[in-house]
Amino acid sequence: MDTEMDQIYQIDVGNLLAFNPNHRFPSAPSSREELVKECVTEGTKLVQAIADTLFNFPSTETVDGPLVQLPPPTTKLPREKHLPMPKPPTKWEEFALKKGIQKRKKDKIVYDETTDQFKRRHGYDRVNDDNDIPIIEAKASDEPGEDPFAKRLDDKKKRVGKQEKNRLQNLKTAAKAGALPSHVQLAVTALPISGTKTQPQKIGKDALGDVAGLAATSTASGGKFDKKLPGEKPPKKQGKHHKYLPVVPRYGVVDEEKEQTNKVLGKLLSKHSHEILNVGKAINMYNDKKEKKKSGRSDKLKAKKDITKKKPYANKAN
Amino acid sequence: MMEIRTPKTHKAKRVLEKRAPKLVENGKKTLILHGTKTSATLSAVLMELYRLKKGGAIKYSRRNENIRPFESGGETSLEFFSLKTDCSIFAYGSHTKKRPDNLVLGRMYDHHVYDLIEVGIENFKSLLSFSYDKKIAPHEGSKPFICFTGEGFENVPELKQLKEVLTDLFRGEVVDNLNLTGLDRAYICTAISPTKVFLTHCAIKLKKSGTIVPRIELVEVGPSMDLVIRRNRLPNEGLRKEAMKSSKDKPKKKVKNVDQDDVLGKRGRIYIPEQEVGKNPLPDKSKGVKRERREGKLKKNKEEGSASKKLKESE
Repeated sequence: MDTEMDQIYQIDVGNLLAFNPNHRFPSAPSSREELVKECVTEGTKLVQAIADTLFNFPSTETVDGPLVQLPPPTTKLPREKHLPMPKPPTKWEEFALKKGIQKRKKDKIVYDETTDQFKRRHGYDRVNDDNDIPIIEAKASDEPGEDPFAKRLDDKKKRVGKQEKNRLQNLKTAAKAGALPSHVQLAVTALPISGTKTQPQKIGKDALGDVAGLAATSTASGGKFDKKLPGEKPPKKQGKHHKYLPVVPRYGVVDEEKEQTNKVLGKLLSKHSHEILNVGKAINMYNDKKEKKKSGRSDKLKAKKDITKKKPYANKAN
Repeated sequence: MMEIRTPKTHKAKRVLEKRAPKLVENGKKTLILHGTKTSATLSAVLMELYRLKKGGAIKYSRRNENIRPFESGGETSLEFFSLKTDCSIFAYGSHTKKRPDNLVLGRMYDHHVYDLIEVGIENFKSLLSFSYDKKIAPHEGSKPFICFTGEGFENVPELKQLKEVLTDLFRGEVVDNLNLTGLDRAYICTAISPTKVFLTHCAIKLKKSGTIVPRIELVEVGPSMDLVIRRNRLPNEGLRKEAMKSSKDKPKKKVKNVDQDDVLGKRGRIYIPEQEVGKNPLPDKSKGVKRERREGKLKKNKEEGSASKKLKESE
């Protein structure tokens, strides 16, 4: 077949692909149009070759036109995804294989002896429904005071939980073997905890607000120009936090302001006031002040004092 | 702590099953995107490539600055997009001073980069500049003929890879049955020199010839361009071997109503519905029409019925 020169093309009908390996251009094709023309003519020959084989296939007539059975493609192209792996058997399947247990097909309709009727196995009005049992007879092993109906529910929950755990384990082994079914995803819900098993503390709404306020005020502009998230409330109290005591004392309540000033005075005028007041420091401060005035430093920055006004009462030592 | 997540709707389940790895795969989808800068020719090329592959391509319009296919770290974005859109071939266009009108064609295996080939585009002619009879314009999504001419495709390894990539790109779905009236386009690739390939897209005109096989005539309709090979990256041997693996056996189709018996051999079961002869009313298709016309139609149908039967018997 390949002994003929120049006219054998490699044809892959499955892909509608043809390749002419024997063509070469005479050096320097004259112009662009000549080149294009030659390429198209060569292409036509190739398409004709494929069509020759294609139209000679047995065709079936359909409404849309003649339908032809294409052979599988011969050029091997790489796959886009890996080959699917066979699923490893589940724990139950292994056990069943070992014991020789066959699968039995269960009927949808089962005969119910209590009502002498055919009822469905699952769903509404089913056979052996747990909720339908009117009386549970007490056994010798039962403890008094234990609700048998609640116990049945509990048992069922445990069984379901165990089944879920087994299912998860089976899926994990399948995922390990690379054969997880396509519609199932295993998602990690919590990160593995190192150290103690304490759950991370949940912060309340108020605490979060306080922390947000703290963070805002620690910025250079005091949190004034921070972008607020949608739904974020304005900061609770801005500026200095003053506690102002009531001017007019309420009836029956102790006058807090009076108490405050009395407390301070009492401490200063008491027997041990010298211990409270550092006399040496006070004298030094007074002398420093006097000297500053004498030297007349930074007079321009300081506001000029009005000599007609009286000096404010200075706290003389003792 | 692991949780099993299953899709809550049937549609989601079907989408997941479609994207799962299978024995017989779906057609590869193409992802078309561009980098930081594109030139006018390059954006036209990308747009026209998208139009040619309309049913199986996704085009991203935003620029992607962090995709550099030939650098080791620059593929992560591509792989992410490939995973999200389920695309296994991509065409990445970028225009730089060093590499003007650059197009990187690449393929993915398991959503990781399998191989890359970089071509420069020269002498691009847009499909709008071709004038032809609109009746022969190829339909969207039709299976194309792909033709390669030139000894370069066999001798030069880069051109060999380009041939494979172009086949993969233009092939579309692998089909069993083909409608012969739907063959209307062909891609012609010619190796002009060991580094240059001329690619053009033509519509097919079938002309009557004496035999069953019609005479083919090609009319240039689509974009035509020169591809200059720049860089390429071949897949590593191990990865290539794994990707080329195919299961020899066809997917076992469940054959119903056939069982093998040791004594009697292969046995089949036939179900015949109960035929209540005489009970089923014959269809009366002449309803809704006045009596004379109805009767006339009934007569006509009888005649026609017998006539068509005669034709079939003669065939």
